[in-house]
Formats: sequence, structure tokens, C-alpha cells
Amino acid sequence: MALALQQLINGLTLGAVYGLIAIGYTMVYGIIGMINFAHGDIYMVSAFIAISVFTLLATFGISSVPLSLLVVLLVAVLFTSVYGWTVERTAYRPLRGSTRLAPLISAIGMSIFLQNMVQLTQGARVKPIAPVLVGGVDLLTVDGFTVHLAYSQVLIIVVTVTLMAAFTWLITRTSFGRQQRSCEQDRTMTALLGINVDRTISLTFMLGAALAAVAGVMVTVYYGVVDFFIGFVAGIKAFTAAVLGGIGSLPGAMLGGLLIGLIEAFWAAYLSAEYKDVATFSILILVLMFRPSGLLGRPEVEKV
Amino acid sequence: MNAAANATPVARAANPVDGAQPLLRVDRLSMRFGGLLAIDDLSLDVAARRITGVIGPNGAGKTTFFNCLTGFYKPTLGSIRLNHPQRGLLRLEKMASHQVARRAQVVRTFQNIRLFPQMTVLENLIVAQHNALQHASRFSLAGLFGLPGYRRAETAAIAKAVGWLERLKLIAHADSAAGALPYGMQRRIEIARALCVDPLLLCLDEPAAGLNPRESAELNELLKHLAGDEGIAILLIEHDMSVVMNVSDHVCVLNYGRKIAEGSPAEVQRDANVIKAYLGEEDGEEAPGAHPPANTQTVENAR
Amino acid sequence: MSALVFAQQPVSFAERLRDAAATAFIALLLGVPMIGLTTVDQGGALRIATRWPALFAFVGVCFAGRLLLRWGIDYWRAQRQSAARAASAASAEQQPATSLLLRRAGWLALLVALVLPIVFADNRYVVDTATTVLIYVMLGWGLNVVVGLAGLLDLGYVAFYAVGAYTYGLLATQFGWGFWQALPVAGAMAATFGIVLGWPTLRLRGDYLAIVTLGFGEIIRVILVNWTEMSGGPNGITSIPRPSFFGLPFKPPGDEPTFASFFGLEYSPHQRIIFLYYLILALALLTNLFVSRLRKLPIGRAWEAMREDEIACKAMGINARNVKLSAFALGAMLGGFAGVFFAARQGFISPESFTFNESAIILAIVVLGGMGSQLGVVLASLVLVLLPELGRDFAEYRMLLFGAAMILIMIWKPGGILARREPTLAYRSAEAGR
Repeated sequence: MALALQQLINGLTLGAVYGLIAIGYTMVYGIIGMINFAHGDIYMVSAFIAISVFTLLATFGISSVPLSLLVVLLVAVLFTSVYGWTVERTAYRPLRGSTRLAPLISAIGMSIFLQNMVQLTQGARVKPIAPVLVGGVDLLTVDGFTVHLAYSQVLIIVVTVTLMAAFTWLITRTSFGRQQRSCEQDRTMTALLGINVDRTISLTFMLGAALAAVAGVMVTVYYGVVDFFIGFVAGIKAFTAAVLGGIGSLPGAMLGGLLIGLIEAFWAAYLSAEYKDVATFSILILVLMFRPSGLLGRPEVEKV
Repeated sequence: MNAAANATPVARAANPVDGAQPLLRVDRLSMRFGGLLAIDDLSLDVAARRITGVIGPNGAGKTTFFNCLTGFYKPTLGSIRLNHPQRGLLRLEKMASHQVARRAQVVRTFQNIRLFPQMTVLENLIVAQHNALQHASRFSLAGLFGLPGYRRAETAAIAKAVGWLERLKLIAHADSAAGALPYGMQRRIEIARALCVDPLLLCLDEPAAGLNPRESAELNELLKHLAGDEGIAILLIEHDMSVVMNVSDHVCVLNYGRKIAEGSPAEVQRDANVIKAYLGEEDGEEAPGAHPPANTQTVENAR
Repeated sequence: MSALVFAQQPVSFAERLRDAAATAFIALLLGVPMIGLTTVDQGGALRIATRWPALFAFVGVCFAGRLLLRWGIDYWRAQRQSAARAASAASAEQQPATSLLLRRAGWLALLVALVLPIVFADNRYVVDTATTVLIYVMLGWGLNVVVGLAGLLDLGYVAFYAVGAYTYGLLATQFGWGFWQALPVAGAMAATFGIVLGWPTLRLRGDYLAIVTLGFGEIIRVILVNWTEMSGGPNGITSIPRPSFFGLPFKPPGDEPTFASFFGLEYSPHQRIIFLYYLILALALLTNLFVSRLRKLPIGRAWEAMREDEIACKAMGINARNVKLSAFALGAMLGGFAGVFFAARQGFISPESFTFNESAIILAIVVLGGMGSQLGVVLASLVLVLLPELGRDFAEYRMLLFGAAMILIMIWKPGGILARREPTLAYRSAEAGR
């Protein structure tokens, strides 16, 4: 029971991170119908930026945790958005309107490029940083097993919930959100109505990158280690989350992320840690067999 | 409403059938999408070697009816029975779409043309003969080694395709990519491709849409030839009344998923329910579906 | 469209400078956190390090590069526009000529492939690299069935490669099977896995299929890493026997007859390398012949028709399920054959060789080559395998260049290097044949 509660907390934390990254996949898919394979690597770039800025702040002797967190978040979001913008501009925009596979290959190329760029400039070895946010509360103890809620977990969950709320507001209530949604429905018509489609798509990439940047900072705080390969693993998980929830659906991405986080946490605790990825993908395949458009995706009526 | 009440006596009006049994008997068919009843208790007989027109305002359920007939949708209620000369009674509502084409030989075209655009016209027509050729190729083994049995089958398939291409005046474009040809030609290619499946019943979904008057006239001739000389029954969804009223032996009118009239073209044009469905009520209070004036025009003109 | 309209107007130098300056600014933003700053490990704790000169060099290169690129593009557009006007009449006759040219290029490539090990008999490196190229060619031709012809996006093709390799590895080390005995079994095994993957995914469309195949590839890899009793875990399977020449092993002379002693040659380790090269060449050519024949058979046309319009296929009475499964199974089988060869050549296999990166490279070969084009696969394999090899002198940068090349080739030719589709039969030639 206590173990289950602990895994619930761990799973939710992990799932929140996956969900934040998954939103980037799902928004890009919604607006230009492509899998942004480099999105996981954008998240990885953000984690490296976080490492650098935390270290920089420590050199200047800034030790206030809230202040350094805030600075790191802002800096990471700013620079990572530029990365998101550049990736779209250089690798995807020239291929808009060509075959479906061309941007996918370009995205895989971009992913390889970013991984190796970081490996070259930041080094191939795992980077550990001194713990930023230590401590937590012990919730309860049953049979000698203590359920622990770390402050970093609280931080991740609070930040994710806040961001999700802000994001939902942005998409459903603001002018940008309306433009974004109308681009999803019909890009040509949106352009005819005088909306700058290119700018909307660029902003979508920057927003997706910003959310991935937050996820990157959170993971750096939570685990304290970063390497150039984390983007691939997290990217695949988040992409799976987006598909599981129904690609194109924002609540679906969040739900998918949480589900995958929980599946991993519970599977690792009760069955086997080695096979948790097998479990994740098997459940994805099972869900798609019965709901080919994911959990919250609009079932596509076969238009004959 | 009184539309339904009036329809009942017409519903059983005999479709001119040569023998005792019709080729296709649709019995009390209903198709529901969530809250929408797209087809509501539709019964219809289709005679062999005849052209049956299906008309009705936009959204009347005509294409949904075709989708049920050809296995793309599973109807909510009702049965579709085909009296196959060799295979006996077939229940189309229980068959998958490819089985409908393959076993029941009920073949359709699509409202938004669906060709294999990058393949050539000839290839399109050869793909339509897939099952016969695949059988002859013995799971590709005979084909891989180029055995004479397969080669003969392939020659025959090409000959059949070329025959239809010549008949439909498409032979000059046999080697062009299908997607690159003009619209009217693509409509004819789709019909030629369907004919290569050897249909007993050919279901054409708006074959005259986008055709110019001369092409429409040619289509009329073709349809009459197919039903009269080739003995293929045709179900025809069409908005162009000059086609429907000219070629149909029998016309069925749908509105809001219900059959509101049925009979010979002349009978249907006189029917009060049909006029109401196309023109709306006198007082304009009901005006179901705000029907396009173009349709009413063509009804008037066809009279 | 705007590019077309504005291309005619001369662009002022100031505008070009402003454009390049904007690029340089973006480059600065990108460069600061990655090039300007880095962290170095110093006695267990990280310390910040700066590389400002490198950053400024990077920004400068971006500025100059952008300036040159814009100028080059404008110049090239102007050239092409005038050339297009002149050439518009001549284009009609080009098609058959291109087709003939491609066929000649194909025969030439075959000739080169055949004489290569004779010319480079003493150069082990060249023959080895050529063997690697051929493995990718064969994998590309196999995946071409699934992606290029049937239009099913498969991101986990490496799984079938792994199944083939491990089947041979296990059969050879556990039961003492030979290469030729194991080859068909491994192919059948991979085909079975293809059907296992294909079955649950039949209803899925494009991108959903992509993630499921990717997941399948990962499942296979994770199982190979963790099921130590079966697969040897991360250590893999070692001392897999090399293929023999119809029972004659490639060994230094001993008691048994060997390849060298049987043919009265002097033993040389190169003989096996060259034999392996010809073996994969033969396998690849067989694959090519097989796939080219299939493409002209009903099943091949059904694959292509399925790629074009699945609904129309069903309306023509084609069983979409069987067509898709046959594409998955045959593609997987060919991948399995390539896997057997890989295991036999390396003598050692581990899960490391079967990561997602391999799937991505094989898919890139198919797409970059031009979907469905057999010769395109050869060209793309040459580019993607040789490019990192050429970059050996600055080894750190090779994968970086590899990624950049994938992006650039796609932007340069979005349809692939050879994008033209060859019809499977022609009315004109059928008439002439009568």
C-alpha cells in the first residue's frame, strides 16, 4: 500500500514531465501534420542550458533556491525557444507542402545533428550537478516503509499544473490560440483570412520548445544528471504519450504522459524494471488496436 | 409526417423486373451515426440489366446508402440481399468491402474520384483485376518464374483493360499517370476500372459531376449500352437530371434518409412529395435543407 | 510564392547585410549556451568554462555564410529562370532518355561492383567498406517493399535485421547449423515477426503505425538486452562461425580440405573477405531481382495501389489485410537475410548493432534514394555510408555531418535523389510485343 502510494507520486512526477514534452509533439502534429522527431533533443538542449546556468549562478555565489530556479527557467525557456524556432525555420519550412516523409527524414537528421552538436560542444560524459532542491516530507510510514514526497516532486507537479492551466487558456481564449486552431483546421483558408500562417507555425514551435525547456529544467533539478542521449529516450516516451492520448489533442497529451509515467513507475516497482519499456509500448499497441485514434483523439470516420 | 405516410403505398410499387426475383433487394435498411439517422427504414429493389436512379437533395443519405451497400459501413438495421446467378443468395450487409466487390461483384465508383494517381491508366485497370491475376500467379510463384499460365492470364487481363479503354475512348492515355489527366477523363477511368472487376451491379456515385454537356451525353450513351448490351445492372446517384431522367428505368427519391417516392422517371417528376422536397413547402416554413436552386431548375427542365 | 514574385527585383546590398545580421544575431543566441558556455568536471564538481573566441568565430561564419548563400540563391534563381524559358520546349523528349540513362547507370554500377574486389584485392579496407555499403543496399531494398511500395511507414525495421542475426547466431552456436541451412530458417523467422507486428497494426494509419513500429523495434532490443539466457544480454553472442564455400572453410591449411587447399591456392585472409563481399553482392542482387519481379506481379501492383488509395483498393475487391501483411512479411524476410549475413560476417552480435539509429539510417536510405526506386537506394547507401567514412580524419564530426547531410539532401530533393516512378507495364510496348 505504502509502496503503491510512493510509486503513484513517482509516476505522476515522471508523467508530468512526459506530458509537458508530449504537448510539443501534439501541437506540431496538429498544425503541420508532422512528427517533430527533434523535439526530444530540444528538451535535451534545455537540460544542458540549465546545467550551465545553475553552475554559472553558483560561481556568482547566488544561493537562493527560488531565485536561481526562476533565473534558470527564464534563461532556458528563452534560449530553447530560439532553438525551436531555428529548427523549424531551417529543417521543416523548406519542406512544407512536399511529401509526408520528407520532413520526417529531415527531422531525424536534425535529431542526429543536435545530439552530436551537444556531444561535441558539451562533452559526451554524464554531467552531474550539485543538488539544487533537497529535502522533502515523509508522508507516512507503514511496516517500516516510508512514503517520501520530495520538494522537487512538488515543484514539478505544481509547475506542470500551472503551465497546463495557462496553456489551456492560451489556446482556447486568446487570439493566438484561435489562429493556432484555425491553422490546424485549414491552413490555406487561414492564410486567406489575412493571418500570418508562417508566424503562427513558428510560434507553435517556440511554445512547444518552451514547454520542453521547462521539462528539461525540471528533470535536471529532479535527477541532477544530464547527458546528450536523454533527449532520445524522453522524446520517444513523450511521443508515445502523445499518440496514446490521441495525437493532436492537448488534454490527450497530458493524460498520455501521466499514464506512461504511472505504467513505468508501477511496472518497475512490482514486475521488472528491465522490461518497463516493453510494457509501455505493449500497452500502446493494445490501446491502438482498440482505439486507433488514441484515448482522447477524435475517431476518424473513414470518409469514403 | 405525411411524407412518410404517402411513401408507403409507393414503396412496394413494382420495380419492372424481368423474372420473378430482383437482382438486389434492400429491406428496411437503417444507418445511424450517433444521433443522426442517415438512412431511415429504406426498402428498395434493383432489377438486373436495368438502370436504377437514386436522387434526392444534398445530405439525403444517397452516398451513405452506397457505403452500406458496398461494405464500407455496417448498417444499423436491415438487410441487403443479392441474388447472384452463380453463388446464390448473398447478404451484402454482412460482407467486408473487398468481399462485396470480389464475391458479390457489386462494384462502385466514388463521388470524389479515387484513382491510383501515380500509376498509369492501364495499371489502374490491371489492379482492378487483381484477384483473377493473383490466382493465376499462384501466390506469385508462377508469376516469379514467368510460367505460361500466368503469362496467358496477364495477356488476357491487358486485353480486357485495353478493350474497355478503347470503348471509353481512353486508349490514347493508357500510359499516362492517372492523376495527371483532366477531371472528366478521370471520371471515365474510374468507370472503366470498375468495369474491369466484371460487375453484376455497378454503383455510380455522381458520375456526371463536373462533366460538360457533351461528356454528359456520352455518359448517357455509355450507361444505356452497359445496361442494355452488357447486361450490367446500374445504380446511379446523380444530381444532373438530364442524365437521370434520360437513362433510368426506375427512379428512387430519398430525403432525410427516407424514401419519399419511387417509380418511372415520369411518375417521380409528377410526385407531390418530390416537388415539395426539391422546392420546399409553399409557405416556406419548413424548407428542409435549403435545397440549391440548381436542382429545382433541372427538375423543371427535365419535365 | 512570394519568392517567385520578388526574385526579379534586385536586392540592395544594405538589405542583404540586414538579413545576414539577423542571421548572425540568431546564431549568437544559439551559440551562447552551447558554444560560448560549457561546464567542465573539476574534482567532482562542475565549473563553468567560456569559449568566447569560438563563439565569435561561429557567429562570423554564420554572417558570411548567410550573405553568400542569399547571393548564391538569387544568382541561381535568375540563371534558372532564363534557362527554363529556353528549355521548356525540349523537356517533353527527356523522359525516355532519362529512363535509358538510369538503366545504363544500373548496369555500370553492377559492373563496378563485380570487378571491385579484383581491382582492390589487396586493400582490405575498400572491400570491407563496399561490403558494408552492400548490406545497407540490401536492407534498403527490403525496406523499400514496405515503405516505398506499400507506403507503410516502418520505423522499426532493424528489429527484423536483429531477428535474422540472432536466429543465425543461436542456430550456429547452439546447434551447429551452417550458414546455408540457417538462412531460410532465419528468413522465415523474420517473416513471422513481420506478421506478428503487422497483425495488430492493420487498422492504423501513417503516423500511428510509425510509433508502433518504433516501439516494436525497441521491444525487440530491450528483450535482447535483458533476456540473458537466450541472447547473451548486452554481451551478445560471440564466435559465430563464418560461412564456408560449399563446405570448404576459409582457414589456414590443416587436416581438413580448405578453400585454399582445394583450389590449390596459397592461403590468405583476404580470400574470406572477398568471398563475403561476393556473397552479399549475390544476396543483394537476388533481392533486387526478386523485388523487381514482384513489383510487376499482381501483388506488387496491389502494394503500390494500397499506397495510393486503400479505400479504392477495397472497392476493387482487394483484401487490404493480406496485401499489407505480405508486404510486412516479405520486407521482414529480406531484412532477416541481411541479418544472417551480418552475423556471419562479424562473427559477433550484440544489441548495440540494432538500435533505432540503424532503423533511421535504413529509412533515410529509402527516402533519400527516392521512394520505390531501386537504383536510388544504391546511391543513397553510397552517400550515407561513404560520407562518415570520408570524415574519418575528423571522426568527431562525422555524425554531425551525417545529420546535416540528411537535412540538406531532403531540402535539395524532397522527393529523393531519383524520384521518378517507372510503370510496371506499358500499353505501347505490349502492343509492339504482339
